[in-house]
This record gives sequence, structure tokens and C-alpha cells, in this order.
Amino acid sequence: MKLRANLVIGGVLFALAVLVGLLAPWLAHTDPVLDANLMNAEEPPSWTWWFGTDDQGRDIYSRVVYGARVSLTVGIVSQLINSVIGVALGLSAGYFGGWWDDVVNALTNLMLAIPSLIFALAIMAVLGPGLTSLLIALGLTNWSFTCRIARASALSLRSQGYVQAATVLGYGELRIMVTQLLPNMLGPIVVIGTLGMGSAVLSEAALSFLGLGVRPPFPSWGSMLSDAREQITTAPWLSIFPGLAIFLTVLGLNLLGDGLRDILDPQSRSRRT
Amino acid sequence: MTGTPLIEVEDLRIDLDDGSRRVAAAEGISFRIDRGETFGLVGESGCGKSITALALIGLLRHPLSIGGGVIRFEGREIQHLSAARQRDLRGDRIAMIFQEPMTALNPVSPVGRQIAEMFVLHKGKSWREANQLAIEALASVRVPAPERRVRDYPHQLSGGMRQRVMIAIALACGPDLLIADEPTTALDVTVQAEIIELMRNLCAERGTAVLMISHDLGLVANVCRRVAVMYAGRIVEERGSADIFRAPSHPYTQGLVDSLPRLGSRAALGRSRLKEIAGVVPAISSFPDGCRFNPRCAQATEICRTVVPEADRLEAGGLVRCHHHA
Ligand SMILES: Nc1ncnc2c1ncn2[C@@H]1O[C@H](COP(=O)(O)OP(=O)(O)OP(=O)(O)O)[C@@H](O)[C@H]1O
Ligand code: SF4
Ligand SMILES: [Mg+2]
Repeated sequence: MKLRANLVIGGVLFALAVLVGLLAPWLAHTDPVLDANLMNAEEPPSWTWWFGTDDQGRDIYSRVVYGARVSLTVGIVSQLINSVIGVALGLSAGYFGGWWDDVVNALTNLMLAIPSLIFALAIMAVLGPGLTSLLIALGLTNWSFTCRIARASALSLRSQGYVQAATVLGYGELRIMVTQLLPNMLGPIVVIGTLGMGSAVLSEAALSFLGLGVRPPFPSWGSMLSDAREQITTAPWLSIFPGLAIFLTVLGLNLLGDGLRDILDPQSRSRRT
Repeated sequence: MTGTPLIEVEDLRIDLDDGSRRVAAAEGISFRIDRGETFGLVGESGCGKSITALALIGLLRHPLSIGGGVIRFEGREIQHLSAARQRDLRGDRIAMIFQEPMTALNPVSPVGRQIAEMFVLHKGKSWREANQLAIEALASVRVPAPERRVRDYPHQLSGGMRQRVMIAIALACGPDLLIADEPTTALDVTVQAEIIELMRNLCAERGTAVLMISHDLGLVANVCRRVAVMYAGRIVEERGSADIFRAPSHPYTQGLVDSLPRLGSRAALGRSRLKEIAGVVPAISSFPDGCRFNPRCAQATEICRTVVPEADRLEAGGLVRCHHHA
């Protein structure tokens, strides 16, 4: 199999972000919250303060490193929730058809009609800020695309010989969906999931920027950007580094998604027989 | 033919709902298959062989449905069983292999797993035991190096190997009846013969009854003890395999037999003469009244165009549905 540049670069960037998040306690120089020291406030980047310090004298490098935890948790967990919802609804709708399909279609169209960030904002407004609310808000609002793809795949897969063979062999509906349909639509679902993680990282940043994300003082890339907006001219490093972290992570996820699409192309997979 | 037959079909009718009305896609279908017996169903494309098989395993789906008649399995009526009970029969007691061996296996699952799944599903085995049984099942269909082959994906196997895997899956749970719907049409002629031979031997060893469906009378008569010939949704003749060649009784069967290239007797006379039956099979919506073969039948008379012939019992054994049968 030919390794593509987008897959490699994307994979490396994403793996790096995950690694940074996992190893944060060892990578960080200081505690991201407690080690505030007004003596060091707003230091520009240097050998001591790699990414500079903020107005409370906290090490930006350490905060960016810890911020990876929030951003990636939100990105991965909320997208997993979306994928599970989207696949469950779309797969069953495409397989069973009938009134259930109509219901799911209506729901999907509704979700597509409302911009998901606005919807998430509304949910956040009800639940209040915080990590759990973020996960719920972003996890419930971005499944429509996955659902569409799962439904379309199920619709075309259910007439495949092996699905009919499974019916003839006495497989139940659930077993058919799980063993015959799901594995054969996994490619596109994974691609969408990867791209969706990128957009969830962005949404987290946006919601945190609006003050609806994780509660300060614990850092997330979005809330760091939000805190930095008044010093954007006087201390630009406060926004540059978290911004760069978001940019590289989202770029990595998008490249990875594209790369996966190339190798997991359903055309080359299920039609091979 | 004494005792309770394994499966018994009586006056089965299959309806096709074309939106405005129901028409009979097949009717008056009656036959019985005893334990361990091989029974063939032959007819041209579209005559209703596959839908008859689907009716037996409870898998007719809209727009098709059972419009009447009785299907008994071991003496028990099964056509009204709940979906769950019918599902329990399928794959366990009644198995089926398909016209399309190329696509009947899941492309993203190793073949061993697909065989093993049958033991888990119907016999309540653990995956460990099931995987072991899958290797044995693969060995029984003469796949070389089965312990390695179980890990192969379908695309790594040839068409013949894949059909062997399908047979292994179908016979995994030791079914009482194997329905084989054109099991070899998609394969090379040489592979065809191998697969048929394998299927016949395995079923004979295990006492599995076979319902073999094909448009190839020669093939079916070769494998099966008795053959039923279908035409336009009705069984027109049912005979012992040898009889049907020696003395076909229904004009349609006679046409079929005449159209077969024959080795032996006729070939010895020179070039064997192949006769095609003139005309085409009518569509369901335009089945003619009376005997449905009448537009193509050389012996048709007035009564053939108005009265549906009953199934007559022949002295030599067997049934025929013709007003003027031999
Ligand atoms: N799902 C369906 N919807 C509408 N008509 C159907 C459907 N399935 C089968 N039929 C019709 O029922 C008739 C019998 O079909 P069936 O598949 O049983 O034929 P067959 O004898 O198996 O032919 P073949 O040799 O081509 O497999 C055909 O006229 C076909 O058009
Ligand atoms: S009933 Fe009449 S039309 Fe039909 S097969 Fe017999 S002779 Fe021919
Ligand atoms: Mg058929």
C-alpha cells in the first residue's frame, strides 16, 4: 500500500497532540494553574519561558501542554458520541426503512438546518459551562453527517448477497446490522469521525472563547485565546501559541481524515469480491 | 414414500402484489421430500423456483407473500410460525446456498469467522469452540490447509473455494434440508462438477435431504432421485429422474429433454439434434388462461386454452399436469 503524505503528516501531528496531552505532567515545566508568579508576568518567549508567560506569570508552554488534554478529550469523546448516535440512527434507518427511516430523516434534516455551533450554544446555555456540558453539547449536535452516510451505506449494503445470505442462515436483525453492515461501512464512518474531531476541537475553542467552555483557571486552548484577546498587541505570544496548537491539531486531523479516505475508499474495499 | 416426510408442500400459492392487485406468481405447488432424499426443481428463468424456495424458509418479502396452502416441516406447519421461530429453523435445520457464491460472503470478515458464527448463533458454542469447529468444517469441504485458510478473507479465495466455504457454512449445523439454488451457475464447468460432487457426497454421508434448483435438467436429473419441472408458476410434471429422460410425459418436459445435448445413444447416431422450444415464458401479468404452456404447445387443443389441467397420477409413478399427456 502506498503511503500518502497527507496520511503520514496528519497521523504524526495528531499522534503528537495526543502524546503531549498524555505526557503533560512530564512535559510541562510548571503547574499550569498554581505556579502563578506576578514577578514573571508577561515575559516574552525565552530559554526559560519557551512560549512566554501570561499576565499572572504562568508559563504559557505548560498551559498549552495541559490545554491539549481538554481540547483532545472534547474532540475525541464528543465525536465518539456523535459517531455512535449517527451510526445507530443511520444504520437502523437504512436497514429497516419505513416509518423509522422517515423519523430519522426528519431529525437529520432538522439538525442540518440548525448550525451545530448555535445548537451547542443553546445546550451550553442550559447546562452551564464546564467540561461535561461541552462534551454533551458537542456530542449531541454533530451526528447528522455520519447519520446520512451510515443510512446511505446501509441502504446499498442491505441488498448485497452476503446480507441476504445471513438472513437465510438465520441471523437476527441486530446480528446482521452489527456483523454484516457495520464493518462494511466503517471506512467512510472513520473518515467522517476524524474530520469531525477536528471541527469539535475548533468548536471547543469557539465555545471556550465565548466563556462557555471549561471553567478558568484550568487551561484549554480556547479559553487561553479568550484570556489573551486584550493583550493581542502587547503580548502576542499569549494568542499565538494556543492558536498554533489548535491550528496544527485541526490541520493534522483533516489531513489524517483525507489520507484515511484515500485508503479506506469503500469502492476499493467492498467491491473487490 | 411412507412415514412423515421431511418437508411437505401442499397447494402452495405465492402472491405478487403489483400495487393494485394480487396475482399468483406461483400456485398449486405440491411436493414432498423425504429424509435424506434428493429432489430437483427445474424450469426456465422466472418460472418461480427461487420464490418457492424462499417460501419454504419463510423469507418471502413484500411484494411477495404466501397466498395459500400448507408447508409442513417434520409434520409441523411452519408457514405461520413467528419470525423468531422461523429464524431458528433457518441455517440450523434448513440451510440454503445461493446462486451467487461470489457475493454471498462478507468481504470484511475472515471466512473462518463466518463459519464459526453459525455454531455460536445456532448451537450456543463459545467462540473458542466455534473456531475449532470451523477448521473441521473447512476440512470437511476439502479445503487444503484449513487451519491457515480460516484466516483468509473471501477475496483471497477462488470462486470454487468460496463456494466450498458456503457449503461449509450451510452444512455447519447439520441441517436436515439443504436448498441449493443454482449453486454453480457462476462457476467454471470443471469446478461446477467438483462442487456438485462434493455437495452430493457430503449430504449423502450425513443424510441431509437436498432440494436442488436449476434450469439445467441434465444436472438436476443427475444429482436427484426425483425431479419436478416448473413452468410459469406451476409444477407441470414430477417424476423419478430416470423416467423423466426415458419417457417425459408433459409436452414441455419433452421439449426440455429434446433440447438437451445427449451423449451416448443419440450422439452415436451422428450429430445430436437440438430442438429449442419456440416462444418465450409469459410474464406473471400475462399468464394465459387454461394451461399456461398452451401458446407454445404443439398439442394444444381448445380445452387447453380454457381449463387448467389437474395433476394426474401416472401409473409408472409421478404426476403430470396436462390434458393430453403421454
Ligand atoms: N421481489 C420481487 N418483486 C416482484 N417480482 C418478483 C420478485 N421476486 C421474484 N419476482 C417474480 O416472480 C417470478 C418468479 O421469480 P423467481 O426468482 O422465483 O424465478 P426463478 O425460477 O428462480 O428464475 P431464475 O432461474 O432466473 O432464478 C418472476 O417472474 C419474477 O419476476
Ligand atoms: S394441457 Fe394442452 S397446452 Fe398444456 S401442455 Fe398439455 S397439451 Fe399442451
Ligand atoms: Mg432463481
